[in-house]
Amino acid sequence: MNRHELTDRERLATIHCKQGKQGMRGKTKLAAAALASLTLAACVTVEAPDKPIVIELNVNIRQEVIYRLAEDAGNTIEENADIF
Amino acid sequence: MGDTMTKGLTKAALTGAVFALALGGIAAPAHAQRDPAYAAARAAGQVGEKMDGYLGIVGAETAELRRLVNDINIKRRAVYSERAQATNATIEEYALTAGCQAILATTPGEKYQAPDGSWQTRTSAPPMRDSRCP
Repeated sequence: MNRHELTDRERLATIHCKQGKQGMRGKTKLAAAALASLTLAACVTVEAPDKPIVIELNVNIRQEVIYRLAEDAGNTIEENADIF
Repeated sequence: MGDTMTKGLTKAALTGAVFALALGGIAAPAHAQRDPAYAAARAAGQVGEKMDGYLGIVGAETAELRRLVNDINIKRRAVYSERAQATNATIEEYALTAGCQAILATTPGEKYQAPDGSWQTRTSAPPMRDSRCP
């Protein structure tokens, strides 16, 4: 159940300069943004990653929780070697 | 009289030793090894480590494999439950973390579940794990 809508190519997380033409898509859009940022230093450009960010909604467990539990879980596995 | 006393002491010491041995035998399984049937199923790739921290059946399911896997998973769940409570986490969080570690701990030839859900055979290369794994 992965959802790609949040970072769909249609809605790239790119902030455009005012001069940037609207309606362009994909690479043209990025190129225009990059060009604009060269000519206008004040322009802030946020480039989207090449691949869409996959957000797994089925398992709502955060990485920081896993990192916190990692050491304890490792010890638990060692201490219960008969069932792991 | 002295003889009787010595005998009595020796007997007491022996009884104590036997009792201690028996007790040790009961208390020992802290670092116990896998049940031979479980070890064999693992080595044969009939069972594998799932991402969620539990054991899964890899190929064709048999009644015996199901019983073995259920038995292990019930025991694992009990351990996860206890440790989750102690670490202020949910059972699912703790189990997933243990799954990360259990997959990492597989030895070449054993089966594990990759993030896409497929069963993989562990090689000498690091296993494919959930991106959240430490």
